[in-house]
Amino acid sequence: MAQEAQKEKSMVLQKEMVEGLFNELTKVKETGKKVCYTFVPGNLSELIRTFDMLPVYPEINALQSAMRKLSGGYIKEAEKHAHSEDVCTYVKCDVGMMLKGNIGPTGQKLPDPDILLLSYTGCFTFMKWFETLKREYPDARVIMLHTPYQENGKMTPEMIQYMVKQLQEEVIPVMEEVSGVKYDETKLKSILKHSKEAGDWIARIFDTTKHKPSPIDAYFAGVYYIGPINIGFRGTPEAVEYYKELYNEIMDRVKKGLGPITPEGEMKEEKYRLVVEGPPNWTNFREFWKIFYDMGAVIVASSYTKVGGVYDMGWRHDPERPLEALAEYCMNCYTNLNLPQRIELLSKCITDYKADGYVTNSIKSCNSFSAGQLAMMREIEDKLEVPVGFIESDLVDPRYFSYSNIKNRLESYFQMLSQRKLIGSEKEPAV
Amino acid sequence: MNKYYLGIDLGSTTSKAVIINEHDEIVGRGITNTRANYKVAADIARDEAVYDARFTLLSARINKDMESKPEFKRYMNDIRLVFRFQQFTRRMEKLEAMLKKTADEFAYVNKGAICDALDKIINTIRPQIRSEFIHGDLGSKNQFFRDIVSEKYNFEVAKIGKELYEPLMLAFDKSITPIENEMVQYNFKELVLESMSALEDKYKGLADQQEDGSKEDWYWAELNAVRNNYKNVEYTLRQHIEDIASEDIHIANMVGTGYGRALLPFPEDCIKSEILCHAFGAHAVFPNTRTVLDIGGQDTKAIQVDSHGLVTSFHMNDRCAAGCGRYLGYIADEFGLSLNELGPEANKATKETTICSTCTVFAGAEVKELLHNGEERPNILAGLHKAIVQRAMSLIARSGGVKNEFTFTGGVARNEAVLKYVKDMVRSSYGDVKMNIHTDSIFMGALGGAMFARRNTELQPSTEKAQTVLN
Repeated sequence: MAQEAQKEKSMVLQKEMVEGLFNELTKVKETGKKVCYTFVPGNLSELIRTFDMLPVYPEINALQSAMRKLSGGYIKEAEKHAHSEDVCTYVKCDVGMMLKGNIGPTGQKLPDPDILLLSYTGCFTFMKWFETLKREYPDARVIMLHTPYQENGKMTPEMIQYMVKQLQEEVIPVMEEVSGVKYDETKLKSILKHSKEAGDWIARIFDTTKHKPSPIDAYFAGVYYIGPINIGFRGTPEAVEYYKELYNEIMDRVKKGLGPITPEGEMKEEKYRLVVEGPPNWTNFREFWKIFYDMGAVIVASSYTKVGGVYDMGWRHDPERPLEALAEYCMNCYTNLNLPQRIELLSKCITDYKADGYVTNSIKSCNSFSAGQLAMMREIEDKLEVPVGFIESDLVDPRYFSYSNIKNRLESYFQMLSQRKLIGSEKEPAV
Repeated sequence: MNKYYLGIDLGSTTSKAVIINEHDEIVGRGITNTRANYKVAADIARDEAVYDARFTLLSARINKDMESKPEFKRYMNDIRLVFRFQQFTRRMEKLEAMLKKTADEFAYVNKGAICDALDKIINTIRPQIRSEFIHGDLGSKNQFFRDIVSEKYNFEVAKIGKELYEPLMLAFDKSITPIENEMVQYNFKELVLESMSALEDKYKGLADQQEDGSKEDWYWAELNAVRNNYKNVEYTLRQHIEDIASEDIHIANMVGTGYGRALLPFPEDCIKSEILCHAFGAHAVFPNTRTVLDIGGQDTKAIQVDSHGLVTSFHMNDRCAAGCGRYLGYIADEFGLSLNELGPEANKATKETTICSTCTVFAGAEVKELLHNGEERPNILAGLHKAIVQRAMSLIARSGGVKNEFTFTGGVARNEAVLKYVKDMVRSSYGDVKMNIHTDSIFMGALGGAMFARRNTELQPSTEKAQTVLN
């Protein structure tokens, strides 16, 4: 029997933040606050906040709909409106939700966007997504901020300058115009100080998996931990407080030698430590997670928890160079890194957190994650001689989650890991 | 007491069992295509493997005799074939009764004609099958009861005429499954002795047969040698049968694998993934194996193994079974062929028709369209076979490619056309790689399971546990 999920103080704080935001969103007519729809990777939440606007994240809404078992219906609705079966299911879920009245995750109606801000184009579907939304909301202003791909594995001064210029000439003027608020760099700098601090805490939190047993699951629980920065709270004192509290709770677990918390209580025995590449499946999130914790597998790092910001390699928002910091942040998104950079990042996770294996969850309808996944997996396998596993599912389309197939693959994978661990410990083929 | 280890592979299409001894040598194998529940399938496969094991033990007793006189080997082989026929007959009798019962319950107005036709069919095919078993090599073709009977039955139904076609086919469809799924217990000793008597008749009859030129000279020479000498070894054999029939084939441990493994009433540590088992089995037979391709009923697995036979990585088809055995089964149905006929028919092709769709369901429509357009059957079949191998090759590429040596396992490895395309495509993509294909390819998963069972016992003695399960 599933136990009641354990409520920590950090969870309460997060809940308050989420509820606060959605309450504010329902009151925009009264408060006159402007609404900016934007995406998680490369989100300019600090800039949105500088102009006192409220963010709405369509991807987050889509995954929330999936967790509430609503995505299937929304997707069907979008398909009825001629969106093909192969289109990104986040898009279809979002479009379907809009067509059905745009009721958000808290059951409240979401306001229409005043701005559609696309600050990251590593995923080209994002562009099409907002083109679609523009047709639905003809009054919304569209801002397309082009983020150069890190093709050569670095952010050059020219790339930063290119982005800063766009921010100054295309982004900020529109935001000023729509919000009626004058751009205040001092305000942005002070917000970015909190972002920097939140970044420090996040890096520390995800680094606690170096402990054995790992006190957290950096994928299944990790997606909750990145919640505040992925829904627009990066740059707020609340986020800093949340992460500080979360870190203390985790360190408390470390002191007690406790493993991660799962929906069925605490994980008792850590048998396998894994690094996972790719987003999770949201329609069957609990079931998916259960396959792992039932087998004693804990995820010590995941690429997905880095979509809203990569803090592992030392990069932080620099409040003294505010626009440059925003530019760097966008370029430094996980899916904007080139493949060797991603391999380096994941390899560091595997090595630092002493992972036993590396699993790829390939998402049917996500191009930006899927491209290069197999090549990365092979490279990591060759380089680190770590056992790799490959499963396939989808983000929010329930039709593409095959429990028995995934379980079958993972069971085989875990048996393979256990065999190899045995060999490792005995140094002979006593299988 | 000798210890044996059992591996059971419950696949989506067939269930296989392998028994090994303490030296990892295969002593018995059994296979069934029953679609009954997995427990029954496991029992049938296991019983078959136990009979097979008894034959292995029996052969071992007269090993020296067989080494000196090849005709004794032939005699043993004949006994096994007739034994299989006896098993077949027991089941056939049940099927005949079931067919009659089913027809009797029909409400067709021409029921009398149906029953008469049924009798006629049974009386025609029974001696045909007997003759093929005893004088041919039907028993060694690895064909299932259903395949053997349905081929002959369908042939006879086709001769009878259109108005009885539907009820006769319906009677068969309704009767075959329960009979196939029934556990039939055989008395080993009784059946072997019966087989030996049947052979006596056969050998006696040989003198009257003309050497009509249909068989090679060596065939008659060998048979004549058997006929003249079998009595010498028969006496020794009869002495051993008692012993062997009552010997306890002590299964010290067992491992279940395959799709149905979770449904087996085995303890957790006696259930292993089919990926690991196939790899381990293939590696045991071909120790230099580094890449294993297994094409089973519903999945295709590309597996990379290390020098110990342990899996380093694997890839399986997802969401679509178009490259698997079931695809071939579906195609066979479309053409009205048996699975065994597919490969040989495809190999008659003069060219490969391009099959655009590798979706099982769409391929059916495409086949109809191609036939309608006058395309030759072998050419279409060749195209279909090529298509499934192309899918398998793409899976191999995803799993890291083919490393030397390459072993092909699974039921589909028995299909000669698939084999041909696998060989061609592996060569063209990966160069001169040593390719291993074993006649027992379908048993690799069960073999791997049995080998894990033996090793598990070494790690932690679970004899008692396994025995409990077995009983």
